[in-house]
Amino acid sequence: MSAPVPLLVARCRALPGSAAGKHSLELGRVGESAARVDGIPKTTGEFAYSSDLAAAGMLWGHTVRSRHAHARIRGIEISEAVGMPGVHAVLTHDDVPGEKRYGLEFPDQPVLAIDRVRYFGEAVALVAAEHPEQARRAAAKITVDYEPLEPVVDPERATEQEPLHPDRPTAGHGYLDDPRPNVIRSMVVRHGDPDALGDVSVEGVYEVGIQDQAFLGPESGLAVPDGEGGIDIYVATQWLHVDRDQVAPCLALEPEQVRIHLAGVGGAFGGREDLSMQIHGAMLALHTGRPVKIVYGREESFTGHVHRHPARIWAEHRAALDGRLVAVRMRILLDGGAYASSSTAVVANACAFACGPYRVDNALIESTCVYSNNPPCGAMRGFGAVQTCFAHEAQMDKLAAVLDIDPVELRLLNALEPGDVLPTGQTLTGSFPVAEVIRRAAALDPPEPEELPRDPLRLPGGSGNTTHGQGVRRGIGFAAGFKNICYSEGFDDSCAARVRLFAGGAGELQAEVHCAGAEVGQGVTNVILQVARTELGIESVVLAPASTADVGSAGSASASRMTWMAAGAVQLACRAALEERERTGVDVDVERVYRHPRTWPLDPETGQITGGPAHVSFACAAMKVVAEVDVELGLTRLVWIGTAQDVGKAVNPQAVYGQIEGGTAQGIGLALMEEIQTRGGLITNASFTDYLIPTTLDVPPIVAELVEDPEPDGPYGLKGVGEPPTVVSTAAVLSALRAATGRELARVPVRPDEIVGL
Amino acid sequence: MPEPVSEQTISVEINGETYEQEVEARKLLVHFIRDVVDLTGTHVGCDTGNCGACTVLMDGKTIKSCMLLAIQADGATITTVEGLAAGGELTPLQRAFSASHALQCGYCTPGMLLSAAYLLEQNPHPSEEEIRRGIQGNICRCTGYVNIVEAIKSVAEGGGA
Ligand code: FES
Ligand code: FES
Repeated sequence: MSAPVPLLVARCRALPGSAAGKHSLELGRVGESAARVDGIPKTTGEFAYSSDLAAAGMLWGHTVRSRHAHARIRGIEISEAVGMPGVHAVLTHDDVPGEKRYGLEFPDQPVLAIDRVRYFGEAVALVAAEHPEQARRAAAKITVDYEPLEPVVDPERATEQEPLHPDRPTAGHGYLDDPRPNVIRSMVVRHGDPDALGDVSVEGVYEVGIQDQAFLGPESGLAVPDGEGGIDIYVATQWLHVDRDQVAPCLALEPEQVRIHLAGVGGAFGGREDLSMQIHGAMLALHTGRPVKIVYGREESFTGHVHRHPARIWAEHRAALDGRLVAVRMRILLDGGAYASSSTAVVANACAFACGPYRVDNALIESTCVYSNNPPCGAMRGFGAVQTCFAHEAQMDKLAAVLDIDPVELRLLNALEPGDVLPTGQTLTGSFPVAEVIRRAAALDPPEPEELPRDPLRLPGGSGNTTHGQGVRRGIGFAAGFKNICYSEGFDDSCAARVRLFAGGAGELQAEVHCAGAEVGQGVTNVILQVARTELGIESVVLAPASTADVGSAGSASASRMTWMAAGAVQLACRAALEERERTGVDVDVERVYRHPRTWPLDPETGQITGGPAHVSFACAAMKVVAEVDVELGLTRLVWIGTAQDVGKAVNPQAVYGQIEGGTAQGIGLALMEEIQTRGGLITNASFTDYLIPTTLDVPPIVAELVEDPEPDGPYGLKGVGEPPTVVSTAAVLSALRAATGRELARVPVRPDEIVGL
Repeated sequence: MPEPVSEQTISVEINGETYEQEVEARKLLVHFIRDVVDLTGTHVGCDTGNCGACTVLMDGKTIKSCMLLAIQADGATITTVEGLAAGGELTPLQRAFSASHALQCGYCTPGMLLSAAYLLEQNPHPSEEEIRRGIQGNICRCTGYVNIVEAIKSVAEGGGA
């Protein structure tokens, strides 16, 4: 069945994909810096984001959300709303046609709340009306009779409180059997002799606040009934096929009756892995028989989607006098919020990367994620490794101080290399140049300290202009970190690509590529086209808009996997297409599925590998940061950042630099300013006025070096590049602040009162 | 005191075309531009005046169009991103943003381009510091700003927005 794309009648602009682009561009081959294929439509305003779509006869949907963190629902009164002007539908959980619950890994989240709400912002009812304002007014007339319940808000106490999900949705999936209430997953990694003693030991308790992905384009989409009981959903998402597989059962439809099409995505960073408007929009559209558009505002975006898991981490590092790590012990507590989302995988990542890119023969790592009535958490760039990197790098700085060893030397001395064994028992193979990235980042020269007095905008606090910089201290920090590339722990991961080879008007060979890999801004469109041109040896290649209608799953644009997987799939399909055309001499259309090397689950009791590696590949990064702190004002200014990253092979180097710079900025945000604040589970800062994001004045110049050491298992030797900069930058900024202040600074984001008054 | 009005007819020139239209008094300028005039290149990122995605030029100055009512633009001349390449020819800033990866998702790009155009008109040869100040009201969540600053610098050095 093919998709009725013409719906975009009213506003047929350039959809993601390259076919609609009318400006021709020089696009390079693999390894060449090439301009973005969507660059021009994005600078002219032609590029259609999910919020820009429209269709004839379209209604506007609105979602009624809970204002309680935890409450029983005694009843929902909709009759007044139904009679409001312009209103076509008011729906509650009773109207969900199929399965009442969905979820990325476990169906524990109601499409619309049934008998209780478990978080502030949980969807309770839906309205569709002629005008968005009519929908909003009708929504205000829906009365939900709530009986407030005591919210579970302290993750430390959650394991002793009433279970939020008495049916334990994550039990029986092969994880460690942990009978405590509200445990989503707990995991232990035990390696060597965790009781081994060193000559010295350092200890710390670290805390990470809740970070938001804060992609700039809030959630939105358009659902269009196909007139035959099925539905087309145009939406900004990260994984089209898994959206479809969650949506279809809730609508009581076959997967083929639900077609997900990628609309323009205004950033993602993990926050679009979970569903937003997909089922809601489809329910309203199928109910009314009209297209329905839903656009979230910023407040709804903050309250409606998952965030980065906040964490509390206790760590103890033992080392020999010469600096060698002897043993690491760590306990990690993550707050998953009301529903599981991808929490189980975050737990595993936090465990797997707890020790950093260092040789640790003896380790005991425990990681637990609990349900609570705090904001729900799931995927965000760095996925479990960000939290632990902040902790292990603080510990390495402490060790360096105790041992009086240069922090960079200490890291070099312990740097992992191929052949070493990770705490999970996996032997490192392939490319893993930890010492090289550390050396390269350490060798970057920061600028000389600036004189005083100076332009107030070059002082911490900037335009406040309250001091002349008397209280300014400068510090240089350093950090290294690593993370897995691709999915892990036995997940059967794949990516499909389809290539049509045909003779053009003048007989010349042309190609059309289909791949459902989501372009979220990272540049996978370019990757696909560069690979196709390289493999086919022709210039005339177009990429069709991504859709579930005409190609198999590409998997998710997450886990730094999309470039690897899409390149693998397109390479495979191109080679097969050429071969078949060679053999048959006619136009061909072939689809191929690419799989990366297989992985195996970890032992639920010991966290050790079973049967084979748990991870496909790893990428590392190191970063040097220069910061200035005004210890009278408690304010910070980052002066300069230098970083080196292990990328395997850069497919489009300019895009890789962009990923490093952007990923670094998000880590700066977590270090200095970004935190979702809550009171009793209620979010108190759901706006860009109160949730701060780094601006041009907060992000310093960034010097990045690419370390290209080809990964034998990766197509063309490449690795993913999106996450390592975010993993390492929060830790590196904190290291610089510690150097400037001499304080421990064990919590991010750092608050002014923690660096004031030295 | 005059009675409050709920609708008002306004006349606004956008990208060289005049739109005379009855609008609800409560309608924001950004929604007028997007939903009534159907120019969706002007984006909404926050609706609280923080992100700059909705930046347009009004009577030659940058404004955040989510911070004004449509009726406040009565009689004004507005340029949106669609008006930059009015003659079909991309501006040097548009070319530089596209060529040097000064965008990823591109959601911030229209607002960023208008702020950059205004900056270069006021100050054709800004220092890096002045560029950063000129676009501090525009948030980009994807790029870390490095390539955006570079793109603007390259246009300034090349002499003209
Ligand atoms: S939408 Fe106007 S400033 Fe963000
Ligand atoms: S490119 Fe995505 S917000 Fe700037």
